[in-house]
Amino acid sequence: MNLLRSILIRIAYAVALLIAVIVLNFTMMYLAPGDVADTIAQASGGADPEVMEAIRREYGLDQPFIIQLGTYVGKVLQLDLGYSFFYNQPVMQLMLDRLPATLLLVLTAQIVALIVGVLLGVISARNPNGISSHFVTLFALFGYSAPVFWTGILLLIAFSLLVPLFPVAGMRDVTLEDPSFFTQVVDVLHHLVLPAFTLASIFLALYSRLCRAAMLEVLGSDYIRTAKAKGLSDRQIVYKHGLKNALSPVVTLAGLQFSAVVSGAVLVETVFSWPGLGTLALQAIIARDTPVILGILFFSALVVIMVNLITDLVLRTIDPRIRTGSA
Amino acid sequence: MSDQTQPAERASSPLAETVQMFLKNHAAVVALVVLTCIVIGAVVGPFVYPNDPFDMVWAPFSPPGEEGYIFGTDYLGRDLAAMIVHGAQVSLTIGLAAAFMSVFIGITIGALAGFYRGWVEEVLMRFTEFFQVLPTLLFSMVIVALFGASLVTVTIAIGAVSWTAVARITRAEFLRIRELEYVMASRSAGAGNLKLMFGVILPNAAPPIIVQAALMVGTAILFEAGLSFLGLTDPNVVSWGQIIGSNRQYILDAQWTVTIPGLAIFVTVLAISLVGDGLNDALNPKLRQR
Repeated sequence: MNLLRSILIRIAYAVALLIAVIVLNFTMMYLAPGDVADTIAQASGGADPEVMEAIRREYGLDQPFIIQLGTYVGKVLQLDLGYSFFYNQPVMQLMLDRLPATLLLVLTAQIVALIVGVLLGVISARNPNGISSHFVTLFALFGYSAPVFWTGILLLIAFSLLVPLFPVAGMRDVTLEDPSFFTQVVDVLHHLVLPAFTLASIFLALYSRLCRAAMLEVLGSDYIRTAKAKGLSDRQIVYKHGLKNALSPVVTLAGLQFSAVVSGAVLVETVFSWPGLGTLALQAIIARDTPVILGILFFSALVVIMVNLITDLVLRTIDPRIRTGSA
Repeated sequence: MSDQTQPAERASSPLAETVQMFLKNHAAVVALVVLTCIVIGAVVGPFVYPNDPFDMVWAPFSPPGEEGYIFGTDYLGRDLAAMIVHGAQVSLTIGLAAAFMSVFIGITIGALAGFYRGWVEEVLMRFTEFFQVLPTLLFSMVIVALFGASLVTVTIAIGAVSWTAVARITRAEFLRIRELEYVMASRSAGAGNLKLMFGVILPNAAPPIIVQAALMVGTAILFEAGLSFLGLTDPNVVSWGQIIGSNRQYILDAQWTVTIPGLAIFVTVLAISLVGDGLNDALNPKLRQR
């Protein structure tokens, strides 16, 4: 019962955060120079003041701030994010078209980063002064310091231009004629390798470093000594007793990092011309398509909030210490 | 900075001890030397390359070393070395200014939350969490898109989205320190809230905040590089990310136009994070035994 209550509180809190994002969105749009009337006038090559006035009245732009804000929040909560004059499509439709590509990239990168990061962390924690440990430290430093778009371009030069293993750009090979479902999947995965690894490189470093620290701490604790005394094998101790306890801070961090992953995705998508929300955001900014820009900000915040919520629930299941504590 | 609050009977001064600890970390010392060279290069360089870095000086795509252009030329025949040197100034200035801004916001919010507790803490920490939910790069892209791409908006856009880590660290330190005896003593000696916050607690909370601030400069430089790579900065000012962004279509013809500026960003940020590590060792007495 207590668990259900704390989950409900988390959900209510997530909704409040989301409304705050919408309010921020609207306030920025309100404060920024230029409005919808200007955009429409621009798109149709200019309009006289009377028409502009009519458009402003039609869109309610002559109403006071609070009323406009209320209307906007109400609309967004019904998932009406407005209309893109640049693409001639509802913003919601545009984003739903682009969302799967971004989700595929972001989730694959996170999973790769988590698995490889945790493995590297465990390997270096088992032998803290060995070569593998120094390698992990060096690798982590590279991940922290290299701009992700540069890493992407370097990988592009190395593995698509010098050694043409992977395609240069995009998500699909458009020259494929009448491909079967299986070939399509293979094709997308083939395009996915470089972008996903590029995006993973930033977080891989972070996770391996944290996992190493957490493992070192866990391996020094009493119950590990007990496990050793019981005569359990090294493997069993490290993976069954050690990793299980060291995993919780890594998962927490992975959840918190999710908004950074989305940020990184914008750059990676641009480098590899990946047809996701990031490239859409950049195109929208260049075209000054405000509804799309704000829609993407709202959408990505929504995704981050949901991921945080899910992380929270996952943590509760894998770590009983949190279940008993306060929310 | 914390001299008045340290006990006077210490054998060596805390500053000397910190410097000593820092010198023991060889990587950090090397990094500090490299960083100094980069800063000197950024300050002196424009005198060596006094012309506008956007001027065409030689045939496009000439490789490094040709005709005395040590880094070669880019797709418009501009001297890459001149662009890197001028870009260094922009990248470092924005990095420092944005980091300064985010540290200032972070300390203010974290200090108020950790000192006053109660509803103040609740409101400020919810505010901080709110900023953690927004993807920072996307948010600053929106700010730049709506309010124009000048160096000032870019700096504000970076500073306004990256203060959350500082706020959390400051709050945690304040929560810990405010209960300590010497804070109680100052309070009973009649120190006001402002004096307690910024005169007593903050100097003692400084070490982790300084380390974080050093790392922030690196993050801010990466951030600026990302924005200018996307073309979202002042188009009339060179910066490292912008060189990469404008040349990336030509990597087949001229890889150096992308690799060299990227290397500049990488080395600078790496040096900053190594110096940050060194500062962490030097300022964190708990780690001194290791």
